[in-house]
Amino acid sequence: MATVSFKDATRVYPGADHPSVDKLNLEIGDGEFMVLVGPSGCGKSTSLRMLAGLEEINAGAIWIGERDVTDLPPKDRDIAMVFQNYALYPHMTVGDNMGFALKMAGVPKGERQQRVQEAAHLLGLEDYLNRKPKALSGGQRQRVAMGRAIVRSPQVFLMDEPLSNLDAKLRVSTRTQIAALQTRLGVTTVYVTHDQIEAMTMGDRVAVLKDGLLQQCDTPLTLYDAPNNLFVAGFIGSPAMNLIEGEVQSDGVHLGDYTVPVPRETLAKASDEKTLVLGIRPENFRLSDNPESREGIPIDIGVVEELGADAFIYGTLSGIAEDELISAQQIVARIHGATPPHRGESVRLLVDETHVHVFSKNNGLRISPELEHSTNV
Amino acid sequence: MPRFLAAQPDTRLITLPWATPLADWPAEHLVALPRGISRHVVRFVRVGTAVYAFKEVVEHLALHEYRLLRDLARLDTPSVDAVGVVTERVDHDGEPLDPILITRHLQFSLPYRSLFNRGVRQDTVNRLVDAMVVLVARLHLIGLFWGDVSLSNTLFRRDAGAFAAYLVDLETGELHDQLTDGQREHDLTIARTNLYGEFCDLEAGGLLDEALDPLVLVEAIENRYRELWNELTAVEEFNAGEMHRIESRVRRLNALGFDVAELDITTDFDGSTIRIQPKVVDAGHHSRRLIRLTGMDTEENQARRLLNDLDYYRARTDQQGADEAIVAHEWLTEQFEPILQSVPMELRAKLEPAELYHEMLEHRWFMSEQAGAEISMAEAALSYVNTVLRGLPDEEIAVSAMESTGPLANPFDPSQGFADDDSEKPYDPWEDEATEAEEEPAEAYLDIAALRAKAQK
Repeated sequence: MATVSFKDATRVYPGADHPSVDKLNLEIGDGEFMVLVGPSGCGKSTSLRMLAGLEEINAGAIWIGERDVTDLPPKDRDIAMVFQNYALYPHMTVGDNMGFALKMAGVPKGERQQRVQEAAHLLGLEDYLNRKPKALSGGQRQRVAMGRAIVRSPQVFLMDEPLSNLDAKLRVSTRTQIAALQTRLGVTTVYVTHDQIEAMTMGDRVAVLKDGLLQQCDTPLTLYDAPNNLFVAGFIGSPAMNLIEGEVQSDGVHLGDYTVPVPRETLAKASDEKTLVLGIRPENFRLSDNPESREGIPIDIGVVEELGADAFIYGTLSGIAEDELISAQQIVARIHGATPPHRGESVRLLVDETHVHVFSKNNGLRISPELEHSTNV
Repeated sequence: MPRFLAAQPDTRLITLPWATPLADWPAEHLVALPRGISRHVVRFVRVGTAVYAFKEVVEHLALHEYRLLRDLARLDTPSVDAVGVVTERVDHDGEPLDPILITRHLQFSLPYRSLFNRGVRQDTVNRLVDAMVVLVARLHLIGLFWGDVSLSNTLFRRDAGAFAAYLVDLETGELHDQLTDGQREHDLTIARTNLYGEFCDLEAGGLLDEALDPLVLVEAIENRYRELWNELTAVEEFNAGEMHRIESRVRRLNALGFDVAELDITTDFDGSTIRIQPKVVDAGHHSRRLIRLTGMDTEENQARRLLNDLDYYRARTDQQGADEAIVAHEWLTEQFEPILQSVPMELRAKLEPAELYHEMLEHRWFMSEQAGAEISMAEAALSYVNTVLRGLPDEEIAVSAMESTGPLANPFDPSQGFADDDSEKPYDPWEDEATEAEEEPAEAYLDIAALRAKAQK
C-alpha cells in the first residue's frame, strides 16, 4: 500500500496549444479512494495514464509511496489497471479467468492458486472457481474482472470508467460493490469517471477537473456544501445548483421583484462588481405560505415532477416577457409536502441566508459563505 | 418507435423486431457465423441477401463507435463498415432497450476461432500474427489508440497465402493527431493480456494445437510489432558515402507494403553524416499501384502477386517498352478476367476473385514443377477448379464448423462456451444484495441525504 503524489505534473500533447493536464498537485492518502471527475477532455483520464506510466510527464513528478516513478516504465510501478473492457473466456474456469495474467507474468502455480483463492474469497466467488463463466450474471462477471486486478496485489488500483459500459441497474449495484471492496482491501485507488453521482457516492475524496486544471479536491460533502467556484457548483449535484445572476443592492442581490438577503460583509468583498451570481441548491428552497406577499423569489411554474414525498418544480422568474421564455433560465426547487403546487401557478421561493452561495461574476470564484474545513486549490 | 441513424439506410432493416432484446431474437433472422467472444450481445442478422452484425450496447458507446468507424473508413483503414445505430428502442412493456450498432458483415472474413483450430500449421499462425501486427501498426500510424487490441476484435481475410486483418470493435478507440509512445505502449500492454487470455482460452477448449505456446505467441506479436514500428519510424544515421541507404530504406518499406510519402533527410554541420527518418508512411504500396493500373481493389499481398503476374505477362508478350497502364488493361481483359470467367458460377462464392487467381497461380507453379514444363494458365485454372476448388467450403459467408470439440451452448453466441452440464448454480450472497439494490429507485438524482448519513458513521 502506498500514497500517491502528483507534483506539478504536466502533460502537453504534441501539437496541442495548451496542456491536457496543467501543473496537477494532488496528494492521495494510503488506502484512500480518490475519484477524478470532470467533463470529457478535462484531463482526468490523462492524469490516470500519467500515473500508470502510459503518458509521458512533460514537467513535474509523480511519486508512489517513497519512490519517484516519473521515469519508471508501467510494469515497474506496482499498479493494476482495471479496464472498462474485459472479456471472460468461455473455456477457462472462473479461477483461470482471474489468474491467467499471473501465469503470463511467470508467478509459480502454488502462489497463483493461493492468490486467486484469496481474491475469490473476498469477492464471494469461491464456489464458482472451478466453473466456467457461462452462467455468471452481469454482476458476477464484473467481480471476476475485479478479481483479475486483485490477484496482482498491487500498491495502487487504477480504474478508468470501469462501469461505463454497464446498464443503469448494474452500474448502481456494481459501484456499491467496488466501494465496499475497496474499503475491505484498503488499497489506494484512483478512479476516473465523468459521472458526478458515481464520484460522489464512491470517493473518499473527489478531485474535480476542467480543461486540465484541478478545480477543487475535497470530500464529497464539502464539494457539495462549499464549491470553490461556479464550475464545481454547477457540476456537482443533481439536479444541479441553481446559479442565478442578479444586481447587487445595498442589502442583497435582486432577483425578479425580490432582493435575496446577502450579508453586507459578503457584498463588501466584491465591492467592484455590479452583478453577482447566487447559487442555491434545489432542496434549500422553501415554498412561501403567502404568495401574495413580496417575500421570496417569484417563480412561474412550468413543470412539476412528483418524487415520493417530495416534488421537483421547474419554473422561470416571474415577469419574463413571452418571447424571452424559451431562453429564460430554468429554476429548480425540491419541495417537501404532500400537495405540491401545479403547473402554471406562480409561487414564491424562500431560502435561508446560510444556504445562499455567492460567486463573483468576474472570476467565478466563491465569495461566501466560507467553510472552515474547505481546502482551497 | 426506434430511431435509425444511418448514412445509407437499408429499408429492409426497419421491419425487424426492435422491441425484442437482441438475445431473444427469433432464429429465423439469425445466422450462426463463427466469431470471437464479446461482452455485449452480438448477433449476425440476415436481411434478404445481406448479412449484418448487430451489437446491443449503451448509447454513448454505440454512437462513439459508429462515428469512429466512419472516420476510419474515410482514412482508408481496414475496418468493418458501420451501417447505422438504432436508438430509442423500447420493449413491449415500454421499458427502454439499449441501442443496436449495425455493421456490415465483412465478406470472405474469418474470425480467429475458426482459424486457430486443431492442426493449424505453425506457418499459418505466424501469418495471422503478422497480419495482426501490421493492423496495429497501421492504426498507430494514423493516430488511432485502439484500447482493446484482441483477436476477438479482429477479422482475417485471406491474402495470397497470408492474411489481412480488419478491425471489428472500437468501443474504446480514440483518434488522435499522433500517438504518444505511452499510448502505443498502453495498446501493447492490453494486446499482450488479451491475446494471452484468448490463446489460453483456445488451449483450455482444446482448440489450439498442442505445439503452440500462448506465451511464445504473445511475445512474438510484441517483438514483431516493435521491429515493424522501428522500420517504419526509426531514425537511421550513416556516412555521406552510404547514400544508397536512403534507397534501401524506401525499398525495405515498400517490400513491407508501405509507401513513404515524406522522408526527413538532414545532414550534420559538415555534411559528413546523414540522418533519415520516414515522417509519413502509408500502408498499401502494392494495392494502391494495382488499383491505379487496373481499378481492382485487393489486399496487399494479393496485389503484390497480381502485379508480379502482370510483370510476367508484360515480359511474355514482349511489351517491356510499352506504357504500363496500357499493358495492365490488356492483362486484365486478356488474362485475368477470362481465367476467372472460366470458373463455374456456383463455385465463385468459395474464394474472393483475387484470392482465387492467386491460388490458380500457385497451382500452375506446382503443375509446372511436376510436369517439368510450362503449363498454361487456362489449363491450370481448369485443373484447379476440378481438383481443389470444388472441395473447399464457401467463404463468402463462412458458416464453417467452429468450436470443433463440442456443440456450443448457444449456436449464435460463442461467448457462452460449450453446452456442457453446469448444473445448479452455487449460492451467492452478493447476488441477493444486488437484487435488493435493483428494487430501489434508479438513482437519477444525487441522494445527498444518504451521503450525509454515511459521513456521520
